[in-house]
Amino acid sequence: MEPIIRVENISRTFQANNGQVEAVKNISFSIEKGDIFGIIGLSGAGKSTLVRCLNLLEKPNEGNIYVDGKNLMELSQKELRKERQDIGMIFQHFNLLMQRTVLDNICFPLEIAGVSRREARKRAAELLETVGLSEKAKAYPAQLSGGQKQRVAIARVLANNPKILLCDEATSALDPQTTKSILKLLKEINQKYGITIVVITHEMAVIQEICSKVAVLDHGSMVEEGTVEELFRAPKTEEAKKLILNEVVHITEMKGERMIRVTFGGKSAFEPLIGNVILEYKTPLNILYANTKTINGNAEGEMILQLPESKEIADRMIAYFKEKGLGVEEVDNYVR
Amino acid sequence: MFDETIRAMLIEGTWATLYMTLVSTLFGYLIGLPMGIVLCITDKGGIKPNAVVYKILDFIVNLTRSIPFLILLILVMPLTKLIVGQSYGSTATIVPLTIAAAPFIGRMVESSLKEVDKGVIEAAQSMGAGTLTVIWKVLLAEARTSLLVGVTIAVGTILGYSAMAGVVGGGGLGDIAIRYGYYRYETGIMIVTIIILVILVQILQGIGMMLSKKLDRRQV
Repeated sequence: MEPIIRVENISRTFQANNGQVEAVKNISFSIEKGDIFGIIGLSGAGKSTLVRCLNLLEKPNEGNIYVDGKNLMELSQKELRKERQDIGMIFQHFNLLMQRTVLDNICFPLEIAGVSRREARKRAAELLETVGLSEKAKAYPAQLSGGQKQRVAIARVLANNPKILLCDEATSALDPQTTKSILKLLKEINQKYGITIVVITHEMAVIQEICSKVAVLDHGSMVEEGTVEELFRAPKTEEAKKLILNEVVHITEMKGERMIRVTFGGKSAFEPLIGNVILEYKTPLNILYANTKTINGNAEGEMILQLPESKEIADRMIAYFKEKGLGVEEVDNYVR
Repeated sequence: MFDETIRAMLIEGTWATLYMTLVSTLFGYLIGLPMGIVLCITDKGGIKPNAVVYKILDFIVNLTRSIPFLILLILVMPLTKLIVGQSYGSTATIVPLTIAAAPFIGRMVESSLKEVDKGVIEAAQSMGAGTLTVIWKVLLAEARTSLLVGVTIAVGTILGYSAMAGVVGGGGLGDIAIRYGYYRYETGIMIVTIIILVILVQILQGIGMMLSKKLDRRQV
């Protein structure tokens, strides 16, 4: 099946005062219909530029972007505007019209699409119910909280029944609790309407919460791509490791020793592996960090262990974990 | 205080001043509003950047704004005569007033529209809005409070200019102030015209500010 989004060798360069800035460098990837695809990177990695290329708010200097088989780069202005009605977008700062009521904000895309006023208001009221804000129909955005504003933005983006929803740091301005509820809503939308969602974020937690596939962006290049489980269990690049271990950086004092990061899925959680390994080799291990995360509904654990000084025992412990099916990698390079 | 004729003259002058001010503001906006919109969208970072158009318009605005009004008034007399048929009186004054006000209004409209959040414009574009829709439903609608404050400032400024036109027989309160207060040393009449001018500015300013506040939905 043809992927719903296919990006072919796109590059976007900006003219800055001190020369050229390559925000996006020769990136290619595909997104399957119905996926929730995450693009993660640190700030300045080019995420926002990349996502704006997907609806041509930023026009790439070269490359092709196919949406549902249609090459956006070859469309006329008019055709592009029509196509954009199928590609919704929500933003970090919500970008609602401040001088319109909540209901009229949701009517806005319908006005652009030429839907009659009566029809638009009816549809807007339905959508407002979908996002659970019916009682705020007559309120103005200034009277809403951040989470409510993002809900209105989501209702607004759904008005034209888009095939694709682009989320540019949509939860970055929200507190953790609200972030969770917005992510839940996005997941519901994905399942209920089959809308393909592209999520741009700098937070691994967001990716783990809702994405099925993920791509890592670094300095304008896509350095790694795969399922979220793959990335979590065996990150291949330094960038990916950095993003995953973002929250572990606080173990700074323990340097000079060998450390490993082990990851384990649901099954191995029943076996007391750490206990067994200590009993087996009669040597203690130091647990520096441990956490369990839910990725796509499955429990995934991670642990950072400090190995005994003896190289021989340490190597055998690593072999033991690997044999038991855990993900193992040495992490001394970047746990600083 | 004054006799019947002078009172009648003051009332007529007040109406003439209001007539000149409001009609010139209207014509000023007919020219200045599109000018401001074009300035806003063709500037770097606008929705239709066009350096050539922007530079030309920018130059015209700066040029017109740097000519003192009194000089402009005399400079455009031939044009005034061509359009109105005479170069004195209230109706004639509307021509130079409009020419002076339009670029000034254009600049104010430009700055009001540039206050509109870029993100909201981007959101509209992501929904498939074209340039006209963005101008009409985003730029003008979202900037309406600031635009109304601009109208208030424009009315005040044009009212001041209209008084200046009195020097060349422009009609209205300024004319009366100059003819009686300056040429005939009738300070009383001059003071009264000034008081009326002050009251007019206060009322117009008050109405404008009240409207703009009433129409603003950004405050809870």
